[in-house]
Amino acid sequence: MELIVADYWIMVLLFILVVASLAIYFIKDLLHAVIVYGVYSLIMALVWLQMNTPDIAITEAAAGICVTILMMLVVFRTNRKEEE
Amino acid sequence: MRDFIFKRIAAIIIPFICIYGFYVILHGASAAGGSFAGGIILGLAAIVFSTIYGLKKGKKKFPEKVLFCIESYGTLFYGIIGMIGIINGAPFLANKLAGIDLGIPGTLTSGGLIGLLGLGVGIRVANTLLILFFTMEGADS
Repeated sequence: MELIVADYWIMVLLFILVVASLAIYFIKDLLHAVIVYGVYSLIMALVWLQMNTPDIAITEAAAGICVTILMMLVVFRTNRKEEE
Repeated sequence: MRDFIFKRIAAIIIPFICIYGFYVILHGASAAGGSFAGGIILGLAAIVFSTIYGLKKGKKKFPEKVLFCIESYGTLFYGIIGMIGIINGAPFLANKLAGIDLGIPGTLTSGGLIGLLGLGVGIRVANTLLILFFTMEGADS
């Protein structure tokens, strides 16, 4: 099997994906974990784009990066207010 | 988040976000995107507004009564557009079978009814997102 440039590109992206998802598990601070989740979603959107599904990439960029992060931040802020 | 710079940038950028959202919805048949992604972009424009200008102003701009109405009627709109097929003697949600002129392939109107269907779904998705945001943001007060 012959590997082309796109295959190496996907390999790099998937490696970052694995590192990011492991980092979410090991990071103790909630805000930092939410930010790293944004990195995970961005890399996932690039993977979708690399696999020739631009519509899924748009959805991932909108739903995964923006909405999920926003909702998590809102919950995080509400949670912190209650703790104080 | 009541900064002057934030407010000015939001005032400039929000109309373009809305135009992009409608573009993604209406071109769902012929280009990348679709009603769900476009609806999320539309909802994000409203969320950006109510985050930067304050929750009180956002709720004034998008009253909850109107939001609930639009959320229900978006689905009803989808159903009514689907009924056009039955009225013309074809199955539910029929497009070309119902006698709709599709025009030149690749143009905006070549999707037939899909653009209108996507408009209903997209507005509904945007509303659901906004209701979720208002519910979660107003939970602590």
